[in-house]
Amino acid sequence: MQLIKMRDRMNFFTNAWDSDLVWSFRQAPLVMVAALMTTVIVLAAVLAPLIAPHDPFNPATLNLMDGFTPPMTPNAMSGQVYLLGTDNQGRDILSTILYGARISLFVGFSAVLFAMVLGIFVGLVSAWRGGWIDSTLMRVADIQLSFPSILIALLIFGVARSLIPVAYREQMAIWVLIVAIGLSDWVQFARVVRGAALVEKSKEYVQAAQAIGVRPSRIVLTHILPNVMGPVLVIATIGLALAIIAEATLSFLGVGVPPTQPSLGTLIRIGQGFLFSGEWWIILFPSLTLLALALSVNLLGDWLRDALNPKLK
Amino acid sequence: MTEAVLSVRDLRVEFSTRHGTLVALDGVSFDIAPGEVLGMVGESGAGKSLTGSAIIGLLEPPGRTTGGEILLRGRRIDNLPASEMRGIRGKRIGMVFQDPLTSLNPLYTIAEQLIETIRTHQSLTASQARLRAIELLDRVGIPAAARRIDDYPHHFSGGMRQRVVIALALCADPELVIADEPTTALDVSVQAQIIDLIKEICAEKGAAVLLITHDMGVIAETADRVAVLYAGRLAEVGPTQDIIRDPRHPYTRGLMGSIPTLTQNATRLVQIPGAMPRLSDIPAGCAFNPRCPNVTDHCRTARPSLMPLQAFREVACWQADKEGPND
Amino acid sequence: MTESLLRVDGLWRRFDVSKPWLNRVIEREDRQFLTALADVSFSIDRGETFALVGESGSGKSTIARMIMGLLAPTAGRICFDGQDMSTLSPDKLRELRRRFQIVFQNPFASLNPRWRVGAIIGEPILTFGLASAAAVEREVARLLEIVGLSAQDAKKFPHEFSGGQRQRIAIARALSSRPEFIVFDEPTSALDVSVQAQILNLMRDLQDQFGLTYLLISHDLSVVRHMATQVGVLYLGRLVEVAQARALFDSPQHPYTRMLLDAVPDLTLSGVRRTPIRGEIPNPISPPSGCAFHPRCPIASTRCTEIVPTPVVTASGIASCLALLDTTEVIKN
Repeated sequence: MQLIKMRDRMNFFTNAWDSDLVWSFRQAPLVMVAALMTTVIVLAAVLAPLIAPHDPFNPATLNLMDGFTPPMTPNAMSGQVYLLGTDNQGRDILSTILYGARISLFVGFSAVLFAMVLGIFVGLVSAWRGGWIDSTLMRVADIQLSFPSILIALLIFGVARSLIPVAYREQMAIWVLIVAIGLSDWVQFARVVRGAALVEKSKEYVQAAQAIGVRPSRIVLTHILPNVMGPVLVIATIGLALAIIAEATLSFLGVGVPPTQPSLGTLIRIGQGFLFSGEWWIILFPSLTLLALALSVNLLGDWLRDALNPKLK
Repeated sequence: MTEAVLSVRDLRVEFSTRHGTLVALDGVSFDIAPGEVLGMVGESGAGKSLTGSAIIGLLEPPGRTTGGEILLRGRRIDNLPASEMRGIRGKRIGMVFQDPLTSLNPLYTIAEQLIETIRTHQSLTASQARLRAIELLDRVGIPAAARRIDDYPHHFSGGMRQRVVIALALCADPELVIADEPTTALDVSVQAQIIDLIKEICAEKGAAVLLITHDMGVIAETADRVAVLYAGRLAEVGPTQDIIRDPRHPYTRGLMGSIPTLTQNATRLVQIPGAMPRLSDIPAGCAFNPRCPNVTDHCRTARPSLMPLQAFREVACWQADKEGPND
Repeated sequence: MTESLLRVDGLWRRFDVSKPWLNRVIEREDRQFLTALADVSFSIDRGETFALVGESGSGKSTIARMIMGLLAPTAGRICFDGQDMSTLSPDKLRELRRRFQIVFQNPFASLNPRWRVGAIIGEPILTFGLASAAAVEREVARLLEIVGLSAQDAKKFPHEFSGGQRQRIAIARALSSRPEFIVFDEPTSALDVSVQAQILNLMRDLQDQFGLTYLLISHDLSVVRHMATQVGVLYLGRLVEVAQARALFDSPQHPYTRMLLDAVPDLTLSGVRRTPIRGEIPNPISPPSGCAFHPRCPIASTRCTEIVPTPVVTASGIASCLALLDTTEVIKN
């Protein structure tokens, strides 16, 4: 019995390796590089507390005299070598990038998750109920789409600012950010899910479930939802890249994460001030990291969309 | 003996997939004389639509023709460059597809589509072409053709649309017409009308017809000769009457027995055990051998080619001249 | 004496196919309605196979969905085993649902592609609470064997099967709630001829084995002749003829039935002359006045354009044709 279970597990892996999806992955070296890069950055960010050479957020360890050290050059004062240099306050750029990427990824993932759940819910309800509910929800979505998403995020930020008492503002900043980005992004999920759900709804397997009297909520969740997840995953991957950039933009504009928890966007903003005075490393490395992250996630999303598209096979 | 309009010799079509090369058509050969209707019958996956696509040069990659010859009035057309093939399509070979909904462009009126096709193959002015188009629509039985020619495809019913498609296929007076499941998407009462129309027009113009279908009933009504396709190989070719009354290949026998009719009474229909093999799993020897009631060891190892049986008949079976269990 | 298991009385169904309100106001158009079913009545006895024949626009799929409770009638009633389905409480209706099931036409769309076959077949059992979760697996295995597949197939996904096999899975699902009555909506239209033979034989065997009653919906008269004991012919939402199967095929009473029979290709090549088919099915939104068939009918007269025929009793069943009112004897072929 154990042997049979083991054999089944091995079969699962060999079958997965042979499957069309994994095969198309193996055929595209660019995608494999993108996947590798994403994994490296994510791992590095997750393990930041363990691998960062310095803690950039602890004021006690900061030495203002270490500021503006170029990369790989011993500091004039203390002789310390920083791999990627330090910023104006003596923070190690490498460590800040690692912690910053952490925040960027956390906000990015959470925002996309929030947008996904909200969008899927609205899309499914819209498709199943139809009628005026569908019309109303889709008009709300249309109206929202006519605003640039950054503006919506700013709007939500402003509203939150006025609602949350000052004492909690800093703690809540990240959550407000997540909600803001998520709320600006849910519409594409809702639309795609609605379209796919409408197609599935007309198929006979849904009618078969209705014919045996299965409750509509069960039909939608267990029958329709699994069949619309394909395009959702593709949008989610690309949406992740967009969310990371949105967060960077908001932080760059000064309304994102608080300055005590700098993300990649904050670092870019800080670095921008010093670009023309010669300390190029403060802006370059965070920008490169952001670029690498967004690009590789985008490439993965592109590959996933083509690989999952049955028409291209 | 007049020269055949279409002559297919040993046609071989392969698909290269990541699992290997699959042979979809293996050594298919047949001729069609002028004015003759040859029915190509087979079940799904047998390769009949592929045959039509290969002849007209519209095989979709990764499928490609890897062997054999296709001759139109004695001249090879399978090795022509794309530009020459375009000149032949429509002008010398007309094609009627299965789904009239998708073979007509919904954004253009019937007039525009007909006139465009007519002027591509014949040098007529626009007004001359329009007159010819109205003539054609009239011929295929569209009532009030002069008025309806400016309608869009969605204004027509399925049967009417299929008539328009037939008009399109015939507007350049082609020598060969390939009809791929022309009646499958239509209602039963309309099917009969379309079949009669195809027969009539082709007889009138002396065009040769390759009628591809899975419906033996349509074949019985329309075709002079029939070719039975199984797993990419021809099982049997011969006059329709003979093959229906006295099928010699065990597959054809099973096929005929499994069709319910309006006259015979049977409590159980004949059932051929198993299913047509997938292209990746075609058995050695005769492709039908795992399902055949008359199978011998020889059938499992040696692949039968089409062998002449009586006058005008060919069968690909080692046991063809023996009496079968149904006799 | 067998009493009727399913009875349909004066069934009507209208669909509102009007354009949205704003469009209607701007384009000054009236509301448009499509009468999919008009005054349909028939009854099916226990153990028999009743076939509904019709072409597109006849309303046969609408009837299937109404009988399964997926669509409500605009008027009329459906009685299953003597109980009027529209008057039942939701609980009683659920109980009743267990006793009839449906097999759909499209074997590729009627099974959820993301569910394993075992879950698909087991869903009715679990929904109706007929067995515990542990017993379901055994029951599913039993059902798979009954329809000619193997118990191992329960772990596979639908796309690993051919069309005929998927239809077997759909039949196994229909059997899982141990129904008395199964609706087959064009069960073999999407299948090859040799596969069709397998499925039809299977349907026959199951009917004998379990004493099932069938409603078979089809456009294929040869299949109907092979399977049915009673046949109803639909044209544009009306039942134009109902008769015992043998009688319908030997001596059809309604001109449309005769036309349909003539249209079936003659495989036996008997060389019998056939009357050519005329015209096409009219648009159901604006049907012809009087008898809907009159534009295509070889024996139509002026009164056919004015009066809608009501059913008349003939020797073989009932038929709705004004010409039958004239003759005191049954029209013979």
